Amino acid sequence: MKETVCIVCPRGCKLRIDESGGDLAVTGNACRRGRDFAVSELKDPRRTICTTVRTAFPEVPVLPVRLSAEIPKARIFDVMREINAVTVESRVGRGDIIIKDVLSLGADVIASSNLLKEIQ
Amino acid sequence: MNENTYDVIVIGGGPAGLAAAVSARDAGAGVLLIEREARLGGILKQCIHDGFGLLRFGEKLSGPEYAEREIDELRKRNIPAKTLTFVTKIEKERGRFRVHAVSRDGVAVYETAALVLATGCRERTAKQVFIHGTRPSGIFTAGTAQHFTNLLGELPAKKCVILGSGDIGLIMARRLTLEGAQVLGVYEAKPTPSGLTRNLHQCLYDYDIPLYLSHTVTRVFGADRLEGVEIAEVDENMRPVEGTGRRVDCDALILSVGLIPENELAEGLGVEIDPKTKGPVCDGQCMTSVDGVFSCGNALHVNDLADYVSENAAAAGKAAAEYRRIGRKPARLNASEEFLYLVPQRLDLNRSNAGTTVYFRSRCDYNNARLVLSVDGKEVFSKRYAFLRPPEMERLELNFDALGLTERSDVRFTLELQGGKERAQ
Repeated sequence: MKETVCIVCPRGCKLRIDESGGDLAVTGNACRRGRDFAVSELKDPRRTICTTVRTAFPEVPVLPVRLSAEIPKARIFDVMREINAVTVESRVGRGDIIIKDVLSLGADVIASSNLLKEIQ
Repeated sequence: MNENTYDVIVIGGGPAGLAAAVSARDAGAGVLLIEREARLGGILKQCIHDGFGLLRFGEKLSGPEYAEREIDELRKRNIPAKTLTFVTKIEKERGRFRVHAVSRDGVAVYETAALVLATGCRERTAKQVFIHGTRPSGIFTAGTAQHFTNLLGELPAKKCVILGSGDIGLIMARRLTLEGAQVLGVYEAKPTPSGLTRNLHQCLYDYDIPLYLSHTVTRVFGADRLEGVEIAEVDENMRPVEGTGRRVDCDALILSVGLIPENELAEGLGVEIDPKTKGPVCDGQCMTSVDGVFSCGNALHVNDLADYVSENAAAAGKAAAEYRRIGRKPARLNASEEFLYLVPQRLDLNRSNAGTTVYFRSRCDYNNARLVLSVDGKEVFSKRYAFLRPPEMERLELNFDALGLTERSDVRFTLELQGGKERAQ
């Protein structure tokens, strides 16, 4: 038996996961996403990253970025190293890809602000 | 009409001000938005983490993405927004407001029939929590640390201690850890955490950052730069327990010890403030005790989610656009002491209260509570809650028009506790 808290939405349901004979019984979740989260937490915990990337523009020293999909929790710091090695040199906008398929994990690093287009 | 005359002036360009301006415009009003900073978006500009927008957009967005969507809505409607403009004074004259503002163009006066105060909240500072010792650099509020890290790209700490378990502190614990700083621990004077449960999990436990409840910082050390802090256990009255003090070496102390609604302009207008929320007393239309002055978002009460701020501000903006001087017929909404607060604090029976959103927080952690709404001692509505926690705001939609209220009605919210009081684990 494992207890955790669902982080999918702000509701923060307290989850109880019982494993018996390969079957997972999840209780405490208010919706389907809570069950999916609980199963993923046990088998392959995944997280997203929200961070910034350096730019070449002095008026906007850093640009907010995030991942387009979740990555294995254990790879967070590997991906942070990749992101911190990059300097953005063009005026990218919200949703533009900064690093495609980072470390072949199936997620892109994308800009999460139009800051570089707004401040010129 | 003179070009400086509007139906609604919104003060503040964060999520509350943006939503209020858009909804006031959609209700047909001529709107002006005034923002003191260079860019619209308010604090969301530096809240680069995700989790915003699940309620409003059905998507998980970062703060900048959420703010920029709201700004796009403002621009689509060509609503004028004056940035780098600071309101210095508001006068009320014959039922209208004269808003004095200063900007790079000099001083200007704008006139309006209704005013929406969307001035947000401010962080409680080190001075307000009475920490003793020297005055070295390296003591920041969580919001200041967030500004340095996420907007300026400068890491404000290599090895830090966080005092207070508010959400911004938890978010910054994760953020600084991601950028390579060491977060030695989050210390909370209260016996229960202040932030959302999910933030304890995804910001602290995911990164093995320890949380110490019933602990506080009693002293700071260092001349030019912070070199360490003294941590002590506190008793149930939040007083340090003698003999428990120990020194922790660190180069920064980050404070996440609470947010206070910003109401300097409201107070200047003589708006009545609720000592519980520290925001204006308002009715179901978000109108304060001063006719024509509306309050919304975190200026009204501190919300957990930007989505709730937008929802509440949209209601305030619409009400401000529809504001006519027809006089008010107030009915008080009373809340028992199990509530930390309840908003709105009153209803105006001269206006419709058919779909009124009520926001509240419980005073303590409660399991199996039953919320009861009664009118003159008679139960008219109830709802069960498996658990209530002060950090997690609750919202209810109620049709008060169906209750046949009068100014003399005793409208009362109470919490019946079956499971008794329980402290968080």
